[in-house]
Amino acid sequence: MTGKRRDSGLVKAMPLLLPAYAWLTLAIFLPLSAMVYFSLLTSMSPSGQSATLTLGNYATFFSDPLYATLLVRSLELGLIVTLVCVLIGFPAAYVLAKIFKGRAREAIFLLVILPFWSNSLVRVFSWSMVLREGGILDTALNAILPFKVTFDLMYSYPAVIIGLVHSYLPYMVLTCYLSLQAIDDALIEAARSLGASRFTTLRRVIAPLALPGVLAGSALIFIPVVGSFMEPRILGGHGGTLYGTVIEDQFTAVYNWPLGAALSFILLAVVLVILLVSAPVLRKAA
Amino acid sequence: MIRAPAFLSGLGRFYIGLVLVFLYLPLVIMAAMSFNVSPFYQLPFEWTTEWYVALSDNDGLIAATLNSLEIAVMTTIIATILGTAASLALFRYDFAGKRVLQALLFPPIAIPWLISGTAMLIFFFGTGVGRGLHAILLGHVALALPYVIIVVSARLATFSKDLEDAAYSLGASAWQTTRKVTLPCIAPGIVAGGLFAFAVSFDQFVVSYFLATPGQTTLPVEIYAAIRKGFTPEINAVSTIIIVFSMSLMFVVSRFFRFGGDQ
Repeated sequence: MTGKRRDSGLVKAMPLLLPAYAWLTLAIFLPLSAMVYFSLLTSMSPSGQSATLTLGNYATFFSDPLYATLLVRSLELGLIVTLVCVLIGFPAAYVLAKIFKGRAREAIFLLVILPFWSNSLVRVFSWSMVLREGGILDTALNAILPFKVTFDLMYSYPAVIIGLVHSYLPYMVLTCYLSLQAIDDALIEAARSLGASRFTTLRRVIAPLALPGVLAGSALIFIPVVGSFMEPRILGGHGGTLYGTVIEDQFTAVYNWPLGAALSFILLAVVLVILLVSAPVLRKAA
Repeated sequence: MIRAPAFLSGLGRFYIGLVLVFLYLPLVIMAAMSFNVSPFYQLPFEWTTEWYVALSDNDGLIAATLNSLEIAVMTTIIATILGTAASLALFRYDFAGKRVLQALLFPPIAIPWLISGTAMLIFFFGTGVGRGLHAILLGHVALALPYVIIVVSARLATFSKDLEDAAYSLGASAWQTTRKVTLPCIAPGIVAGGLFAFAVSFDQFVVSYFLATPGQTTLPVEIYAAIRKGFTPEINAVSTIIIVFSMSLMFVVSRFFRFGGDQ
């Protein structure tokens, strides 16, 4: 009986669902499958004619230490950026959720989230005017300090970190805010009235309850940062070679698509493994 | 109600101020430099609008802007219609595999765009779809669909099925019920979903970058090419325009849909 109703549900739902899911299949799922297949081809030509199947592209990843080194570098960058976002974003979300009230809170929340919906490329580019020699920070520092300093962070690793933190910070504030807002003030009050210090309350009551938000934000930041290539290209200069930029090169400069596909797939696999490993922690926290 | 000591809450306010400065300062400086005479961003500041005038003569950027707008509008229309239909089906009917379908909405959002973009490039090239504006549109709709479905579904969650049942029992057809009862009730969600779709498409760079061809390109792709060739105040000018444009757009969205607030 129930089974029958469920079947007829699918029949009725089909016409409404089919267009959306057909589109997703055509533009996301089939391309991802094609990428896996492509990563197993020998041919250097994108048309794939007279190509044979091989594991050679994956062998390249494991035989040339350059790729593993860059992947580790990208994972490291993902960790650093995520950590900085937690350190800056969590306190900001806390102040927003627990100190500000009413309209002021709504307005500031909107201000924090707004940049996120503006062009990320442009926001990264805007840092080049702040960080370069003769830029705003350089000029300001020299105006204040009695001695001459040369401030030029442009085309450096710190510049890439700053640009990425700027791009992804709103995610962290958003997710932390949502979980902090859900914490009943009475719980905090109870902890305090039972003699817990502010720090103990934060550590034993607030932090565990806010953990799901922190973890969700971390996943939302870590994944795209590991695959970033535009930010390191604009702000990182020669030092900005990362796993993502090498993948980009395979498609736009070297035209070794099968190798690019293999490198992309390895990145996807590594990200999935990290998510799966952290899934129990995530579930426990949620 | 816990009251933090005044100095702590003052410190908190100061801190939020610092975070906002961090988020907005580079954008303000970029906007200021688009009105500065020196093409090398030299100070002192001297007011000019010459870069905006130069912009109006830059045929490449104008063509790319029109492409971006056209693709964003088409993405909005297609993603809103397909996404709303899918949300209605997921809301109304119960069937085996529903959870799987809902879970399938996350890969387009969660997979790094670098991977989605290169995968689309490979697939479209291999199947003869090719690159160009049509390929970019195919990709943008797929990226925007999950956002529309999530936003519209959130709105549907606050909608009572009883209203639909009442309409049916009064003799309304399925189509009449949808058009006269359901859609008006969830209209704010549909509008917000549509504006999200517009923003996703208009700001999208990575996927467009891999699918663009020299003649058929979008504004962010053109800007990236210009930045890599060398900075120019014209880029500041066009960047300032699109930042103001997208921020105003999202400000409007926030009127329709509180970000996470009550959902």
